[in-house]
Amino acid sequence: MNLVDLSGNLLFTAFIAYLAGTILFGGAVKGSKNEASASNKRWGKLGITVTIIGFLAHLGYFITRWMASGHAPVSNMFEFTTAFGMLLVGAAILFYFLYKSPLVGLFALPIAIVILGYAAMFPRDIQPLIPALQSHWLTIHVITAALGEAILAISAVVGLIYLLKNIDLTKNSKERKWLEFIMYTLVVVLGFIVITVGFRAAGYEAAFDYVDKNDMQAEVVYHMPPLFGMNEYSAKTEGAMEPLAEMPPIINAKTLTTFTWSVIAGTILYFLIRLITRRRIAELVKPLAVKANSQLMDEIGYRSVLIGFPVFTLGALIFAMIWAHEAWSRFWGWDPKEVWALITWLFYAAYLHLRLSRGWEGRKSAWLAVVGFAIIMFNLVAVNLVIAGLHSYA
Amino acid sequence: MSSIKCECGHLNPEGTDICQNCGRPLSTEEKSKKLADMRYDGAAIRSKTHKRTVVDKIWNFFSSVRVGVGIIIAILVASAIGTILPQVFYIPGGGANEAQTARYYEDNYGIFGQIYNALGLSDLYGSWWFMTLVGMLGISLVVVSLDRGIPLYKSLKNQRIDRHPSFLKRQRLYGEGQVDDPDAVMKKAAEKLKEQRYNIREKNGALLAEKGRWARWGPYVNHLGLIIFLFGVMLRALPGFYVDESMWLREGETLAVKGAPGLYLENKGFTFDVYTQENTDEVFSEAIERVGSVASNYQTDVALYETPEGALPGSTNAELVKEYSIVVNKPLKHEGFHIFQMDFKLDELSAMTFALENKETGESLGEMTVNLANPEKEYDLGNGAKVELLDYYPDFDGFENGEPQTATPIPNNPAFLFKMTTPETPEGETSFVAIRQTLEPLGENTHKLAFQAAETRDVSGLTIRKDKTIPVIVLGGVIFMIGVVQGSYFNHRRFWIRKSENGQILVAGHTSKNWVALQRELDAVTEYAGLPAYTDQRDKEEQSDIPEGDSKS
Repeated sequence: MNLVDLSGNLLFTAFIAYLAGTILFGGAVKGSKNEASASNKRWGKLGITVTIIGFLAHLGYFITRWMASGHAPVSNMFEFTTAFGMLLVGAAILFYFLYKSPLVGLFALPIAIVILGYAAMFPRDIQPLIPALQSHWLTIHVITAALGEAILAISAVVGLIYLLKNIDLTKNSKERKWLEFIMYTLVVVLGFIVITVGFRAAGYEAAFDYVDKNDMQAEVVYHMPPLFGMNEYSAKTEGAMEPLAEMPPIINAKTLTTFTWSVIAGTILYFLIRLITRRRIAELVKPLAVKANSQLMDEIGYRSVLIGFPVFTLGALIFAMIWAHEAWSRFWGWDPKEVWALITWLFYAAYLHLRLSRGWEGRKSAWLAVVGFAIIMFNLVAVNLVIAGLHSYA
Repeated sequence: MSSIKCECGHLNPEGTDICQNCGRPLSTEEKSKKLADMRYDGAAIRSKTHKRTVVDKIWNFFSSVRVGVGIIIAILVASAIGTILPQVFYIPGGGANEAQTARYYEDNYGIFGQIYNALGLSDLYGSWWFMTLVGMLGISLVVVSLDRGIPLYKSLKNQRIDRHPSFLKRQRLYGEGQVDDPDAVMKKAAEKLKEQRYNIREKNGALLAEKGRWARWGPYVNHLGLIIFLFGVMLRALPGFYVDESMWLREGETLAVKGAPGLYLENKGFTFDVYTQENTDEVFSEAIERVGSVASNYQTDVALYETPEGALPGSTNAELVKEYSIVVNKPLKHEGFHIFQMDFKLDELSAMTFALENKETGESLGEMTVNLANPEKEYDLGNGAKVELLDYYPDFDGFENGEPQTATPIPNNPAFLFKMTTPETPEGETSFVAIRQTLEPLGENTHKLAFQAAETRDVSGLTIRKDKTIPVIVLGGVIFMIGVVQGSYFNHRRFWIRKSENGQILVAGHTSKNWVALQRELDAVTEYAGLPAYTDQRDKEEQSDIPEGDSKS
């Protein structure tokens, strides 16, 4: 078995371990109805053990892929997202040991699983580095930034637990709607994975010629039935579906098509779940969260922002500036990715000030943490795929 | 300024929440709270004491955290709006020409682009209002740090050891109870606290254990770092602090470096490489097959020359400083100047060779090569044949009123107006020669200039930067990081333990953050010394719903 295959197998092992870890942590939380029973401890210990095994396998994937390619595997969408998932699990393990709360694991692992699934939808081949990325700052900047984001994400995980526990789901309220919207968003990501895997298994392919925004002829290959056509498209694959609408040159119709399909699949999935269970998804998950100690969740959330904020600052802003100064001749250039890193930073700065000086704790803090994670995800997904800039390597 | 006299006799400045001497609550607001507001240890901050003059009002505006957060959110939202469409410096032309910019946004983004550009959002980060917001943030940072930092410093420096029981009772962690031998308990508690690296001070049967006070300065240190950083950015506006130029340098050419007097750069060759199946490791083969060609290197080999100090302006005896290969991520550095590989053009025409031929017989009267960057006026082909260059159009783009036009001075599509003189045609024949096009404006010629060959060369796009503000910016960044680590990773923890008149022991604890760790320490001290049990007075939730169990059981 060569390094590349080994690396792939280790990643798969990690994925399975995280699934098992989720179930075990679920057992720990379920079994703890009456105080700290022996079974709770046993399940919790098993859960964290399996999670650590998964994390080590994940780390093994990272190292072997690094050895195979000769550069840190953080240079494209698949690699970065996979590394982010790994660091998220790492952060969850750290907070498990700081606070011994299986709930953090129970909620962080499924999110890590979804992130890994999302990552796997991008090309997984090992790519050589383009000139802009040939620098040791790639390793330093990207890993530190991702670590900061992963630690910050823990605050969103416990924030979600806090909200699930404390929002009254029996009464109609804005909060209940937003909470359900978060759940729906997660289902849409699942929808993206399902639909991508589905069309991939069916081997769907449709090629088009089109005229790009620089008036140049270009070719595009869809892997899903093209709902939207690129600017002045003409089909190259016979029998392919005729796009429903043609998009202007600045809109990437392929990305829009993928997005639309994901929303369609996610929505169908969402309504199926609701139809079968006859309950909101938040209500389905709530029983797992009600056992949380709100004070502790709030404390963990605050602590993770405190730990993550300096790491994020260092990785996503300071190291980024040093590299930008070396590679692009200026330390700051208002590139969309840079700006969104600044926005993330400003947001968490606001979080800290609101918490320290205006007493925004508990529910308000939890909402802010969730919004912070949404900004991080926006920077990862939308800024890379939609807003083109210097960072569009995926 | 009026002052408030506490029951203990201490005079506190107006606006004090908690007596700086004994710790009794002073303000009615503070008295109504169940727990003491420990934010600035209850000290009076300037914005609470001075409210009269205009200066006070401005000061109070900027010292408000609410206003500060408002400014942060405003910058955040504005920054986000600026990413919706590309900013002017990322569009072709870089926004130098206003009409061209407006057309670009309209053509590419329709009505929305037009409005976006018209509102000035296309140059948002350079707009006066965005800079004002950043400036306001800077002022807010200064004001808020002075407003709160100084009272907090004084308050912590002068804090009394034997605080009043009412102060202890109003702490989040508090316990009281009877013990057999209060003195022995206090002694053991001090022992254990010392072991936990607390700084212990005792007075009148009261004990103050403190550690990590310096963590409280973290926010002020990081604010100072940010202020220095913003100051560094402001310095750029001053002449001489910041050079930002770009230039095209053709292979074989030596040019003065823009913005760097006395420096000359020679382009010894440009290299553009791609990854192929042959020249890369096997692991990349799948990716290369999928993507096609992937760039692997952009490189300009250069020689840098400098005219010696005191040389006459325009003197050409520059000395070689060094030879260097500029690649992406590895700029050439010299005397604070950084020269970056930023762009390139492959295969620009540099010379064209023509043969002077007799149209009928095809007999050649000789060849000539025109250097497109620096053409000669006349080419002598020998044997009485010569060609004069009457006019040269490097980037020919058609005729206007019968006159040939050139779009740019770059030889993208060179055209020439030649006058050919041979022994046969001593009065000369005029010919207009462009690529794949020959016109004879003054009647039929007997000779023509036949295109033979073209030479090309690559052009490197280089950027020259000098930024004297970097040391200031780096200093700001370093101080910020120190401050943010100081404030985030370290905690200020305090315990107050004292005997009351009726032989009870009172114990209270406070930390700037991480209460779980504080409780763990207090648990250890309680167990070791036999202190009365304490409660977390803020923990409203019942203990029974702790699922984790093992953390607190």
